Amino acid sequence: MRDLRVEFHAPGKRGAVIQAVNGVDLELRQGEVVALIGESGSGKSVTLRAIMRLHAERNTRITGRLEVAGQDVLAMSQRQLAALRGKTVAMIFQEPLLALDPVYPVGAQIVEVIRRHENLSQAEAHARALALFERVRIPSPERRLAAYAHEMSGGMRQRAMIALALACKPQVLLADEPTTALDATVQIQILLLLRELQQEMGLAIVFVTHDIGAAAEVADRMAVMYAGRIVEQGPAATLLTQPRHPYTLSLLQSRSHGAMQKGKRLQTIAGSPPDLARLPPGCAFAERCAWAIDACHTAQPPETTLGTGHTARCIRLESVDGVRPRVENLTPALP
Amino acid sequence: MSAVLPPSAMPTPAPVAVVRSRSHGANVMRRLLRNPIAMTAAAVILLLVLVAIFAPWIMPADPFATSMFKRLKPIGTPGFPLGTDELGRDMLSRLMLGGRLSLFMGIAPVLMAFVIGSGIGILAGYAGGGINTVLMRCVDVLYAFPSVLLAIALSGALGAGITNALVSLTVVFVPQIARIAESVTTQVRRSDYVDAARASGASAFTIVHRHVLGNVIGPIFVYATSLISVSMILASGLSFLGLGVKPPQPEWGLMLNTLRTAIYSQPWIAALPGVLIFVTSVSFNMLADGLRTAMEVKQ
Amino acid sequence: MSTAKHIPNITPAAMADPRDVGGPRQPLLRAQNLLKHFPLKRKGLDFRGPKPVVRAVDGVSFDIKKGETLGVVGESGCGKSTTARLLMQLTLQDKGELIFDGQTVGSSSLPLREFRRQTQMVFQDSYSSLNPRMTIEDSVAFGPTVHGVTQRAALARAHDLLARVGLDPARFAGRYPHELSGGQRQRVNIARALALEPRLVILDEAVSALDKSVEAQVLNLLEDLKRDFGLTYLFISHDLHVVRYVSDRVLVMYLGQVVEVGPADQVFDAPRHPYTRALLQSMPSTDPLQRTTEAPLSGDPPNPIDPPPGCRFHTRCAFAQPVCGQQVPQFVEPAPGHGVACLRWQPESGYEPMPDFPRPSPAPAKSLMPLNAAVASEMPDIFPEARRG
Repeated sequence: MRDLRVEFHAPGKRGAVIQAVNGVDLELRQGEVVALIGESGSGKSVTLRAIMRLHAERNTRITGRLEVAGQDVLAMSQRQLAALRGKTVAMIFQEPLLALDPVYPVGAQIVEVIRRHENLSQAEAHARALALFERVRIPSPERRLAAYAHEMSGGMRQRAMIALALACKPQVLLADEPTTALDATVQIQILLLLRELQQEMGLAIVFVTHDIGAAAEVADRMAVMYAGRIVEQGPAATLLTQPRHPYTLSLLQSRSHGAMQKGKRLQTIAGSPPDLARLPPGCAFAERCAWAIDACHTAQPPETTLGTGHTARCIRLESVDGVRPRVENLTPALP
Repeated sequence: MSAVLPPSAMPTPAPVAVVRSRSHGANVMRRLLRNPIAMTAAAVILLLVLVAIFAPWIMPADPFATSMFKRLKPIGTPGFPLGTDELGRDMLSRLMLGGRLSLFMGIAPVLMAFVIGSGIGILAGYAGGGINTVLMRCVDVLYAFPSVLLAIALSGALGAGITNALVSLTVVFVPQIARIAESVTTQVRRSDYVDAARASGASAFTIVHRHVLGNVIGPIFVYATSLISVSMILASGLSFLGLGVKPPQPEWGLMLNTLRTAIYSQPWIAALPGVLIFVTSVSFNMLADGLRTAMEVKQ
Repeated sequence: MSTAKHIPNITPAAMADPRDVGGPRQPLLRAQNLLKHFPLKRKGLDFRGPKPVVRAVDGVSFDIKKGETLGVVGESGCGKSTTARLLMQLTLQDKGELIFDGQTVGSSSLPLREFRRQTQMVFQDSYSSLNPRMTIEDSVAFGPTVHGVTQRAALARAHDLLARVGLDPARFAGRYPHELSGGQRQRVNIARALALEPRLVILDEAVSALDKSVEAQVLNLLEDLKRDFGLTYLFISHDLHVVRYVSDRVLVMYLGQVVEVGPADQVFDAPRHPYTRALLQSMPSTDPLQRTTEAPLSGDPPNPIDPPPGCRFHTRCAFAQPVCGQQVPQFVEPAPGHGVACLRWQPESGYEPMPDFPRPSPAPAKSLMPLNAAVASEMPDIFPEARRG
């Protein structure tokens, strides 16, 4: 995607426009896993849903370029979109209970998806569903195919959703915080499963999360989002060991070794993410950034290349490297 | 039990002047006022109510004056803008005066049922367990009867007359409101803030008074408003059957009954009371709808 | 900070509390054999056998020492939330006792209402913990008014507390919960919990739903308040990093029972129970060059309706032996202050130890490894401390 912008026009808010995504450039190669990291309100989920154009058409305006497998998604008609969804691009969600239909057995839902996109008989589709369940390591798959979503445990539901998403052998898998709601022991199982499937099937995955640890387990490349823009992206190893953007630094700091020591106060950034309906003209992070200068508030920082595949949006990159900055002019409200 | 908490580390200063946000009630009113359909409905209801209240003073003619010569005059007859009924009485005046009873029979039973039903429902919902079971099963017994049949049966047992009709209608609506009240109260009872209030040692009465009531009255009230139209129609039905209002009192339902015979000669006149019943019912429903929408939206 | 890890960090304020009855060595709260089963409807018409129950809390005993922060970890179904509710007496236990500062809760020396003034709870869902129809100053002032404080004094105290948690009363006190962000609401919940000046505060996943940056600020705030008011915390969470940072001692629960308890550093660096070890290994590695290759535990956490016989963990345990399915482990203390319920550590239990036993448990702590030591050392203080967290 290039320069993707998504705006929401909320009705009844006196014409206020929420700029959820403001110029996101992202490239995903085949078989690659990219993690979109950010906190709530950063625009990561919106970006993900925009790839399949899942937003309500009435209130949303998407501009920019968006191509999936060579096809221009933004120009597609509803029918073409329906053919795209599920077959080329599939999605898994954070809460399987909300994403799976509660009145149909899970197996029936998978069969329905398969038959929608491919011309298979009921028996053939059922066999494929069974094979999928075995692939995602659901024990007693025959029995589980006939089960309803609420009869399964959290981990199994998530596996069922992955099976559903992979039913038509898509090329791209969109994962919206799939492990956030799961227990730690189940989370690691699902992450490993995703990695395994990805390697086996050559899937490209866009993995949205706020948990850097989970992202580190699966991602080849990472992109950090703030206020609807990608502030830094690069290969996972590089980003984790040599973060350059101030926001990335602060995110990683909260999990690094020196940060969480008993007795020491936690490092925090004052303030809160900006209101997406009233974005400042300059860098969105400038008002909370310790290295901000006047120029930061006036114009959007351009993308600077820091290494192979490693870019960041900041005009103060040379100064950001551990030197203690000034302390004044930081009086934001507490979040 | 000592009422004084241990002294704090610092002396507590006087309360600070705060900027109060608009309360929930005020927000609901604001949203309601912006809803054109609800406002139209409210205007219609207001008009009808005012006309009914001031009817004795603004009636053009005597609603009880019969005249065999002026029977079933059509609409637009000079002196009788809406024609006359089968006994020669002026329709317009009868409709205006009839509004009093009809509207009263629509609103009063619902109001009383609201008070009684909410009491039962909130008690059952908050208490839970055995008390809930006993109360709600008693309510269910009454609820099992179709409302029309129940109203008729009770009216028949109590005898005709306005007060008896009122009582029977109230009894019909109490179970319905009690059910809603119990359901909403049970939901609220389960929320964390009620737990927090219990955890601070408040008595059940205090919790219901300060935490539960404010959160349940809204939905119950909306539901009750939608019952007004039902009540009107039921009351009209009772009058139609001769179980409510007695002639020569004007009341829309009763008028529908007595004008039955005029359907072939003056259909428009015969339909007039029905039209008014219809308009009032629809207006109350629209208003209830608007209220519900206004309360639903969470910013 | 104290280096002797088995002595909890007792703050001076907790000692000087005029309400203190039992003295410094008396645990502030002692839970003894708490039991809570939730009955289920029978499936169908099968009337044979006992009625199925959810054994949410099945014989839990522990102490909370004065002035400490006790962390509680465990996965869904382990009973930690039910335990919290039992401690608050929002749900009454079927069996077992609570002893607060030496006095039994619910007895004549410590009636329930009095106990409620001294123990408060902060819930996970910041939104549903606040009455949507009440302004936040009213919500915070409600508790004191119940206990006889005048409205005016209660409001004054509410404003004071709101200021302490970092919310300017002039701007925030008149607002409604839906007008605040998640982090702000959680601060209000903390203020509300403190309005009654409790001695024990139970934090049930209080920071789990917050963004990381907000979480850090709220954790700093909690630390400050603990120091200023001499509080004792019970901190329930599933986030092991946070629990390690916050807690003096840690309790690990599995399927309604306590499986391990001890000083935080010991439990995290040298866990003795296989479940604790698996839990620590399940934390995602933050080093992309050294990824986890195998899930430490397979399957989902089992159902508390029908727990396995003997040791409840034996069906998923890597070290299980046949005796584990027959004998229920007793709680033993292989090291002072560090208790575990596992047959491996129980002498004469019938468990056949491996030749290399006992040894410090196999290294689990890869997940707590430094993200990047080089980066960490270069950034000692890159962000200025925010005021008041």
